[in-house]
Amino acid sequence: MTSKVVVVGGGIAGIQAALDLGDMGYEVHLVERTPSIGGRMAQLDKTFPTNDCSLCILSPKMISCAGHENIKLHTYSEIESADGGFPKTRVRIREKARYVILSRCTGCGDCIAKCPVKVTFEFEEGLSKRKAVYLPFPQAVPRKVTIDAEHCRMITEGKCGVCKKVCQAGAIDYEQKDSFVDLEAGAVVIATGFDLADASALRQYGLGTCKDVITSLQLERILSAAGPTGGRLTRPSDDTEPKKLAFVQCVGSRDSRMFKYCSSVCCMYATKESILVREHVPDIESTIFYMDMRATGKGFQEFVLRAERSYGVRYIRSRPAEVQPASDGRGVLVTYDTGGGIGEQRTEKFDLLVLCPALVPSKGTSEIARILGVELDENGFIMTPDTRNPIDSTKKGVLVCGFAGEPMDIPDSVAQATGVAARVAELLQEAR
Amino acid sequence: MARIGVFICHCGHNIASAVAVEEVVKFARTLPDVVYSDHNLYSCSEEGLGSIKKSIEENKLDRVVVAACTPRTHEPLFRRLCEQAGINKYLFEFVNIREHCSWIHAKEPNAATEKAKKLVAMGVSKAALLEPQVESESGVIPTAVVIGGGLAGLTAAASLVAQDIDTHLIEMEGKLGGQLNDISILAPNFEKSADLLNKLVSELKKSERGHIHLGAKLVDVKGFVGNFEITVEEEGVQNKIPAGAIILATGTQEHQPEGEYGFRKAPGVVTQLEFERALQRGEVPKRVVFIQCVGSRQPGREYCSRICCNTSLKNALRVVEAGGTAAIIHRDIMSYGAAWEELYRQASERGVAFFRYSLEDKPRISAENKHILVEVFDDNLGEGVTLHTDLVVLATPLVSRDDSGDVSRMLKVPRDKNGFYLEAHVKLRPIEFATDGVFICGSARWPSSAREVMCQALAAAAKAAIPIKRGKVVTEAITAWSDPDKCAGCGNCVIACPYEAIEIVDQDGRKIAKVNETQCKGCGNCVAACPNDAMQQRGFTTRQLSAMIDALVKRALEESS
Ligand SMILES: Cc1cc2nc3c(=O)[nH]c(=O)nc-3n(C[C@H](O)[C@H](O)[C@H](O)COP(=O)(O)OP(=O)(O)OC[C@H]3O[C@@H](n4cnc5c(N)ncnc54)[C@H](O)[C@@H]3O)c2cc1C
Ligand SMILES: Cc1cc2nc3c(=O)[nH]c(=O)nc-3n(C[C@H](O)[C@H](O)[C@H](O)COP(=O)(O)OP(=O)(O)OC[C@H]3O[C@@H](n4cnc5c(N)ncnc54)[C@H](O)[C@@H]3O)c2cc1C
Repeated sequence: MTSKVVVVGGGIAGIQAALDLGDMGYEVHLVERTPSIGGRMAQLDKTFPTNDCSLCILSPKMISCAGHENIKLHTYSEIESADGGFPKTRVRIREKARYVILSRCTGCGDCIAKCPVKVTFEFEEGLSKRKAVYLPFPQAVPRKVTIDAEHCRMITEGKCGVCKKVCQAGAIDYEQKDSFVDLEAGAVVIATGFDLADASALRQYGLGTCKDVITSLQLERILSAAGPTGGRLTRPSDDTEPKKLAFVQCVGSRDSRMFKYCSSVCCMYATKESILVREHVPDIESTIFYMDMRATGKGFQEFVLRAERSYGVRYIRSRPAEVQPASDGRGVLVTYDTGGGIGEQRTEKFDLLVLCPALVPSKGTSEIARILGVELDENGFIMTPDTRNPIDSTKKGVLVCGFAGEPMDIPDSVAQATGVAARVAELLQEAR
Repeated sequence: MARIGVFICHCGHNIASAVAVEEVVKFARTLPDVVYSDHNLYSCSEEGLGSIKKSIEENKLDRVVVAACTPRTHEPLFRRLCEQAGINKYLFEFVNIREHCSWIHAKEPNAATEKAKKLVAMGVSKAALLEPQVESESGVIPTAVVIGGGLAGLTAAASLVAQDIDTHLIEMEGKLGGQLNDISILAPNFEKSADLLNKLVSELKKSERGHIHLGAKLVDVKGFVGNFEITVEEEGVQNKIPAGAIILATGTQEHQPEGEYGFRKAPGVVTQLEFERALQRGEVPKRVVFIQCVGSRQPGREYCSRICCNTSLKNALRVVEAGGTAAIIHRDIMSYGAAWEELYRQASERGVAFFRYSLEDKPRISAENKHILVEVFDDNLGEGVTLHTDLVVLATPLVSRDDSGDVSRMLKVPRDKNGFYLEAHVKLRPIEFATDGVFICGSARWPSSAREVMCQALAAAAKAAIPIKRGKVVTEAITAWSDPDKCAGCGNCVIACPYEAIEIVDQDGRKIAKVNETQCKGCGNCVAACPNDAMQQRGFTTRQLSAMIDALVKRALEESS
């Protein structure tokens, strides 16, 4: 009997599933596409409803994963193919070339300091640049650098080689090739999470055309002490502290022309962010434009009341019709319906506008669904049609947890991920 | 002489923005027994850990102090590091200079730095006196007990038996299923809940691992992870069930809105569960008005009960499908996620009417001939509306059961301010308790949809299965012990102990306290209660604590001179 389990996606859901499966005694292979595990939670500044620092609570879990006797990490890796089926799925993992010998790299950063190439930093949501050789964030696991082959001059043009020169550990290897790991898995877990919908497609909200319009995830990075501004909250147009901030909820979600579902977490994270900005600019005023304030989790309603009462957050039930740059190019003008049946429109000026875009199944979710042969639902999430077994996909032995199955917050993702361990144990017991 | 290493963490900017980290490092080097001190950008990162480990080896350190964030999240990590570097992990001392210095004194960097020095001095003085401790292992009874036979308990028990683990399901009523018995159709897929229930019950009955106890009263719970003893009374007879882990799945009850909107005064005003029962009997009224948030999201009970909007959407659709009309009067429609939002969309499309009221202006109801009149000021329209209806359904929150206080005392697990059971960590340990070996799932934790309840139940089953599959648990090393020479046998400690870990025994004709170390959780209550300084806690002895106070006073005097 095979007792190996492959977990695809190293966000909080995949990490938790790997830890519990590992604790149960299974040999777990955690496959993450980016250079580090951590997922979206690693990008967040603090987390609702208790506002503890996201990485501070995540980092110990990431490190436990790396140190766990039963967990093997495959970062910067993808599932190449999967054949056969439960309980013996032959899985091939592609470990992409990092051009860095992991066992030698110490993560000292000397190469990063000297690399001459600057490219857009995905982890910082495009707010800053990284080098072609990079570490996504300081607490990355593994804390090893990766060379981005697309931008490295040595790899693309055959000239440069600076990183190799400065690396005292001899860890750089421009000749490195992708490698493959083949194994037979008893079960496969999909935990491939979400992406943000491209809010610039909704032209009325001004992302991309007004400088002072950003996304909620960009704001998380700005608020983070380790982020692109070192935790300084300023607006893009003139680098000054905003005093009046607004959030727009349901940008592209709950919208029959775009994504008809509700992303579940935005009401709460906008509330959280509107509290957090106060720690950066004490006299800032926040306004949240919303449709329904969905504060349904444990301690959530109290959190919203606290935002309203103690932080003066203004909640306005309205979906803004239009956003335009202010005449001097600084700040934005938001036009919205004042509601109450009067049908009056009002235009108000804000220093900074934060959009909360629909959270959509990650690109990797449809890719892995195709490789594993499981069906997606009408919104593109992994389909889980069996009421009796709520985390089973359409294929036996392929399970789902976290945002890849439906929009959910961290606590629900964690609970579901732990649930995966029980379901795997049930299935593998049955296959015995 | 001890050889102490002190490591100060920047935590990125979290600490370094207020505390002058390098100054604290320099200060640490001046402290007695400190042979090495350094700082890390993130002590918890792989790089930080690697550099600490290297320093331990190079400097032959035998005790380690890390000044960083909170031991709650990070102590295990650094203890493990010490072990890897060959030091007993109890020779590690954690100093919190983030929560206690940089965060709380963010605007007073000098004071924050000075406080960090004091705390480090205290940590070092204690570290010098630390002693190695051993953790002992104990066996695990390969049986699980699930308390509560609703959807949560049934799902958890079914999973455990499928994992080949002997499982006892304890249900106080004469029947399994809990609230699901009253709910005939489950949204969002409009499936018969009886089908789901029957499946679960038959899986459990089919397995020789499953043991169902109906009409069973929970009398007592003793013991600790791996070795619990649950006393249950059935038909007047008490039975003791030994178990390695316990899952709590006792559900909730529906709030009864006495006196509100004519409830129990006027006919035609019912709660959601009462309406579910009526629908189950096939009684579908022609016109129904649902009023949401009755007794919730208002002063006195602030929380949102998560499932009531979705229940009303479901039942409004059922009324409409049967040819009737339905209106939902709400404050926000809480149809979060994909499936529930789809239900909301369907309800709107099929003609369910929605009106939005505000807390300041609640709907009013009155009787007229055979109908009920509901008046509401609709916030969206900005005008008053009067609805004629046959039935008013009050959507009231699920509240904690009247007997949950007793259960929580028996199991020694906490509840939150609303009476729901309180998990170990809201985000990262949602189905665990701080007490090892006891897990929580279902609506007893928080109102949840059937699907969510089942996911949590699986999670609880996984957590309960882990110690059972491993067959052993490691017991706490930081426990109390009583010095027989000083103990007068007064018994104050016995009263103070919340874990029933202390008893008074006879020794050489004298009565003295004795701690059962496998049951002791190291809370320290007994130490505080002891009038003779006889009770001591490992890792927190009077000598160690006095040394910390001395170090603090010394530094304060230095500062003032
Ligand atoms: C702005 C914002 C703020 C938020 N704030 C909070 C908050 O305060 N509290 C809270 O509870 N929730 C919050 N959330 C929600 C939270 O981020 C999610 O609940 C959580 O991240 C879901 O975890 P996950 O592991 O399912 O997915 P993810 O975090 O998305 O992780 C998925 C992982 O899978 C990897 N992956 C994807 N495809 C593949 C593939 N094919 N192969 C290999 N790997 C792959 C990705 O690289 C990623 O690492 C917030 C969300 C946003 C957008
Ligand atoms: C009106 C209504 C309609 C709903 N409709 C839907 C729907 O359409 N779709 C959906 O997804 N969800 C719905 N739900 C939610 C879902 O049905 C419930 O959340 C779920 O049934 C709760 O299951 P549970 O096991 O946690 O609790 P319960 O069903 O309350 O079960 C708890 C069980 O524990 C027993 N018990 C309690 N204390 C003890 C003790 N000390 N010793 C022994 N036994 C004990 C009780 O007798 C009971 O059997 C609805 C809920 C309500 C109230």
